[in-house]
Amino acid sequence: MTKIILQYCIPLLLSLAVVTATYAKAEEEPATGQLEEDVKEVPKTSTADHTLFKELQKDFKTGPEVTKACLGCHNAASKQLHQTTHWTWAYDNELTGQMLGKKNVVNNFCVATASNWARCTSCHIGYGWKDAKFDLKAEDNVDCLVCHETTGTYKKFPTAAGHPNYEPKMWPPKKGKVWPPPDLKKIAQSVGAPTRESCGACHFYGGGGDGVKHGHLDSSMKNPSKELDVHMDAAGLNFSCQTCHTAGGHEIAGSKYALKASDDRGIVIPGQPDQARASCESCHGSAPHPEEADPHLNDHTLKLACVTCHVPEYARGGRKTKMWWDWSTAGKKDEKGKPVVIKDEQGYDTYHFKKGDFTWEANVVPEYYWFDGEIEYSLLEDKIDDTSVVPINKIKGSYDDEKARIWPFKVMRGRQPYDAENKIFGVPHLFGKDDEAYWKSFDWDKALRAGLRERGYEYSGEHGFVETEYYWPVTHMVAPAKNSLTCDACHSENGRLQNLAGVYIPGQSRFAWLDILGVFILIASLGAVVVHGFGRYLASRTRGGKS
Amino acid sequence: MEQRIMLYARFERFWHWSQTVLVTVMLITGFEIHGAYALLGFEQAAAVHSFTAWLLIGLWVFAWFWHLTTGEWKQYKPSAPDRIVAMVRYYGFEIFQGKAHPFHREFSCKLNPLQCMAYLLLHVAISPIIWVSGLAYLFYKSWSTIEAMSWLSLGTVALIHTAAAYLMLAFVIVHLYLAMTMDERPFSSLRAMVTGYEKDTGEQPGSSK
Repeated sequence: MTKIILQYCIPLLLSLAVVTATYAKAEEEPATGQLEEDVKEVPKTSTADHTLFKELQKDFKTGPEVTKACLGCHNAASKQLHQTTHWTWAYDNELTGQMLGKKNVVNNFCVATASNWARCTSCHIGYGWKDAKFDLKAEDNVDCLVCHETTGTYKKFPTAAGHPNYEPKMWPPKKGKVWPPPDLKKIAQSVGAPTRESCGACHFYGGGGDGVKHGHLDSSMKNPSKELDVHMDAAGLNFSCQTCHTAGGHEIAGSKYALKASDDRGIVIPGQPDQARASCESCHGSAPHPEEADPHLNDHTLKLACVTCHVPEYARGGRKTKMWWDWSTAGKKDEKGKPVVIKDEQGYDTYHFKKGDFTWEANVVPEYYWFDGEIEYSLLEDKIDDTSVVPINKIKGSYDDEKARIWPFKVMRGRQPYDAENKIFGVPHLFGKDDEAYWKSFDWDKALRAGLRERGYEYSGEHGFVETEYYWPVTHMVAPAKNSLTCDACHSENGRLQNLAGVYIPGQSRFAWLDILGVFILIASLGAVVVHGFGRYLASRTRGGKS
Repeated sequence: MEQRIMLYARFERFWHWSQTVLVTVMLITGFEIHGAYALLGFEQAAAVHSFTAWLLIGLWVFAWFWHLTTGEWKQYKPSAPDRIVAMVRYYGFEIFQGKAHPFHREFSCKLNPLQCMAYLLLHVAISPIIWVSGLAYLFYKSWSTIEAMSWLSLGTVALIHTAAAYLMLAFVIVHLYLAMTMDERPFSSLRAMVTGYEKDTGEQPGSSK
């Protein structure tokens, strides 16, 4: 025995010790080529310093004046922009043949742009869209600054039809903060590629406030943490919007009207005709999980959108998003005749006399539906069925549809005015100083007559409120892998996908009859065994202990 | 006088006990995947289930090879109906009257006619159904997009797989009962399955061949 120890164990231990020591030493040695020294400042991509251009060393009076200066060199820019949905607010959906865009659709936030132009167009990339007569061909009316300025001081005034305020002005009127006029010279000289903040100036505030509309885009995405958005992580990958929403000639990839539910182009490499990267697959491919991961993870891409697992919840950045908006309760005054506003603990309006009741939520679990990319809107020309919930848009797709994937959605629900006799959506004229504006006279009939007239419809005089729902695919706030959904989120009895038709989900889906039959067989076997055994025991006792 | 008779060859014992472990693990993880309870969590359960599936399939290939090459497959040849009836009569009536087992175990004929039929059913029906449906389950993505396979859905595969799993569990229940309680000396079958040998009491069986 001692001999064995001496012969084998001691040399083994010794060699182990030597190996460990060598390894430990190697760890201590400094690595060659220190990282910090290697990191050089990233060169700016622009080859021009706009502060040096004579053309921009002027005291600009208005936005269009700045645009004129821009167009002096960038002579095709406005012509390009005039072709985009950002400018036209009209989108011709080739798949459904529907004419969409902000100019045409009805939603369940502030409902429609028509007759409310000057308020809505504070998010238009132009100047002066204050009525239906706006000249969509005027080159000077394109607002270059709202996307390209980098000082963060340029703001379109909320009610100025896309212009900033050229004089000091208060917002909200009478009781808000004074907005100083922007320093257009400094701002014009600051231009560069759009930042998250540039796009966010409109897209974070859709629906009339921070995070209201999308839920996955709000001001927390200006400088998100890694947990909030793994790609836009300000301290990490720091993607800009156009890293994915690739832009060329001012045409920007990725439309919510014509979304790709699945992208089978593979990883987009230079030379491919379609360079758009506004899909997860365009960088990650369709088998994105690494070799060492469970091979079945990649099987999921056959039926699931990436974001279904990788955006576990939306509105995660500390901002709430609006989930319910009931216009039917608007217009209330208290006993003293003072308009009612009610806020929750965090200061979010839960009731506002101008707009009605709201509910807000943060960290929202999406709803999941089959989606093949086709979205059919209910438009103003469509008769609506007021006996049930009216879909603002219908998403198409099913299990059998090869292009369809299970997608996460924010579903915005609410109650909104409609023409109860003609059975069409109402277009409320909300904003304006005239007597017909709802926010002036609080008279729905006047407001609806004016709004529908603006769109070329005659109002019957009979209004009602109809419940509506609006489906918004959730695409942003992609969490790091460690925070994505775990298997149990869906593969469990009350899993997230329990209401989805057509798909068998192990751990969640059941054939009730099979389980009943199976359990019956088990109980029968167990029962038979117990009865048989007990019978033998009794029989042997009667026979007097002889087994 | 007592003598030891060799009942189970080394491979048979290895086969039996590795099946015991694998089938137990697969039943536990399988019914968790099915959603009957939460134990390891779906991810772990699925990973363990797929891993042990490969081991069991490997074992199955070996076992078939062994049975075919050694001729031991003959153990599973169905008996004549009257022999089966004799077993049914024994389990159904005679056992309560304290009568002796109608058959005697020996190396060349270690399974009684009813046992033989049950194992045959297990090896040529239940197990292959589980393996084939299990493989279809694992490779769902590969066949589900093929036009010619559109008649088969994952739900159907899961249905078959789960149904066979219930039968397997029922087999385990009955097998445990019969294997543990039917011996003349308590646990002698269990001992035989471990050591390979059974102590022969020398008592004459009720009927032999």
